[in-house]
Amino acid sequence: MNSLNLNRLTIKRALELLDEGKISSVELTQACLERIKKIDPEVTAYLYVNEEWALEQARLADEKRKAGKHGKLLGIPLAIKDNILIKGHPTTCASKILQNYIAPYDATVILKLKKEGAVFLGKTNLDEFAMGSSTENSAFFPTKNPWDLERVPGGSSGGSAVAVACRMGLGALGSDTGGSIRQPACFCGVVGMKPTYSLVSRFGLVAFASSLDQIGPFALNIEDAALLLEAISGHDPYDSTSAPREVPSFTQILQANANSPFRVGIPKEYFEHELHPEVGKNIEEMISLLKRLGHEVKEVSLPHTKYAISVYYIIAPAEAASNLARYDGVKYGLRVEGKSLIEMYKKSRAEGFGREVKRRIMLGTYALSAGYYDAFYLKASKVRTLIKQDFLKAFEEVDLILTPVSPTPPFKLGEKTSDPLQMYLSDIFTIPVNLAGLPGLSLPSGFTKEGLPLGVQIIGPHFRDDLVLSLGYQMERELNLEVIPPILKAL
Amino acid sequence: MGISIDEVKKIAHLARLELPEEVAQTYTEELSKILDYFASLKEVDTDNVQPTFHPLTWDTPMREDEVKPFEDIEAVLANASELWENMIVVPKVVKAP
Repeated sequence: MNSLNLNRLTIKRALELLDEGKISSVELTQACLERIKKIDPEVTAYLYVNEEWALEQARLADEKRKAGKHGKLLGIPLAIKDNILIKGHPTTCASKILQNYIAPYDATVILKLKKEGAVFLGKTNLDEFAMGSSTENSAFFPTKNPWDLERVPGGSSGGSAVAVACRMGLGALGSDTGGSIRQPACFCGVVGMKPTYSLVSRFGLVAFASSLDQIGPFALNIEDAALLLEAISGHDPYDSTSAPREVPSFTQILQANANSPFRVGIPKEYFEHELHPEVGKNIEEMISLLKRLGHEVKEVSLPHTKYAISVYYIIAPAEAASNLARYDGVKYGLRVEGKSLIEMYKKSRAEGFGREVKRRIMLGTYALSAGYYDAFYLKASKVRTLIKQDFLKAFEEVDLILTPVSPTPPFKLGEKTSDPLQMYLSDIFTIPVNLAGLPGLSLPSGFTKEGLPLGVQIIGPHFRDDLVLSLGYQMERELNLEVIPPILKAL
Repeated sequence: MGISIDEVKKIAHLARLELPEEVAQTYTEELSKILDYFASLKEVDTDNVQPTFHPLTWDTPMREDEVKPFEDIEAVLANASELWENMIVVPKVVKAP
């Protein structure tokens, strides 16, 4: 198969072609590997690609298919964010402290994907320990936006977003703590979903902020995202926070809800924020589109939105400071010798962690320290309750909420690196969703005049991931956008 | 609010991070700016609000504490920087009498 096909090849279509015997998983995997060879030197989305391993998995998938075995993703090549463990392969979190770490076990999502027959191509770049909004905080190299190589792909799951945008994998997994799936999906013109907190097991995801972290899919369209989500969701006894409930068939629900009208809320506070004019114009167009589709659109209020950034940048660093205490040079990771145990800890951590990670560990340690706990961590946790209540109240009146994903289109590399606070502010629309534990989706919704992708966010009540996907599916069909980065059109 | 350079050094010690003098100064400036931004939280009335520490709506599930063998102990040990037989070597933590 030629690479032109790859530009429009969805997981669903690839599965049909595989089942009809028109292509093999080896051919498909080979095509993705060739694409990686051609494009990845430009965008640097992957930290690790293992051809031999990928082709071996593909051969196995082809054998299984021949033997009449089934799997929801049998033979489909995927990219995995490098903070998710795959046994026997590196997991670096884009950090020097884990540069030589080889995962001794599989994350639950990986076991589930293996069970469905997926093929892993490699591991993708991220902001170190998923801390960042541009993938510039990777200890190894930044990833570039395929729509404009001078711009960031968003973050922290920038590598996974770019892998899918460039078809260097038919889908990908990322993790989202404050927008780390949705914002890069938006910046790269792909679908990205943060599921309801607890829907997907985090066992084997390197912990950043445990009350916020969630694994989710990147895909070319909603159907593929629904398929991936279906494959990775479900209760896991190894993750005590995972929800003990049945996983619905998201792919079937999409079809069942294909024409269902919803009540969609537009939070007025999100428009009090400074919006880039093209983002503002696009969201107005999306509101018109909703009305055209027969949905009831009404204004809702989320009055505590303006405190979300403060709350998040207290809670997430506090949890990170605790979670990252494990990197001490003792059992795994970088060890820098010192005269005493404490000196070894201090030297290993100082050399192993990058600037942003250290900044957040310091911030979190401060927010939890004696004398400041009440004023920072406890106060933030109380305001978090109010942010969550805002959403619960809004969902008494509407089924779903529509917002921009990011206040601006993709920004330039280096534009925000010198001012951490400016970088933090770019997460204003995605962070509240994590604080409340809700499902959120980023859907490509158009382009700027310069041809950069724009995206819209759909937020649902707890465990209504099905509704979020359903509205996304309706909008996607109506929009019918061709979202192919120019860099691929030459291929 | 702000934070002093001495507080930054104390925090770095608590967080077990070696902090050279010149870096301490930069962190003091950056962290002060971020902490100033957090000041707006003071205006929110939270007197009768319970904190949210996680978004779950159910209690921590309990299960039997069963011992299960981990299959690949070698793979775990292989990540340590110094081994002695099947033990991880660390600097001495107790002083000789």
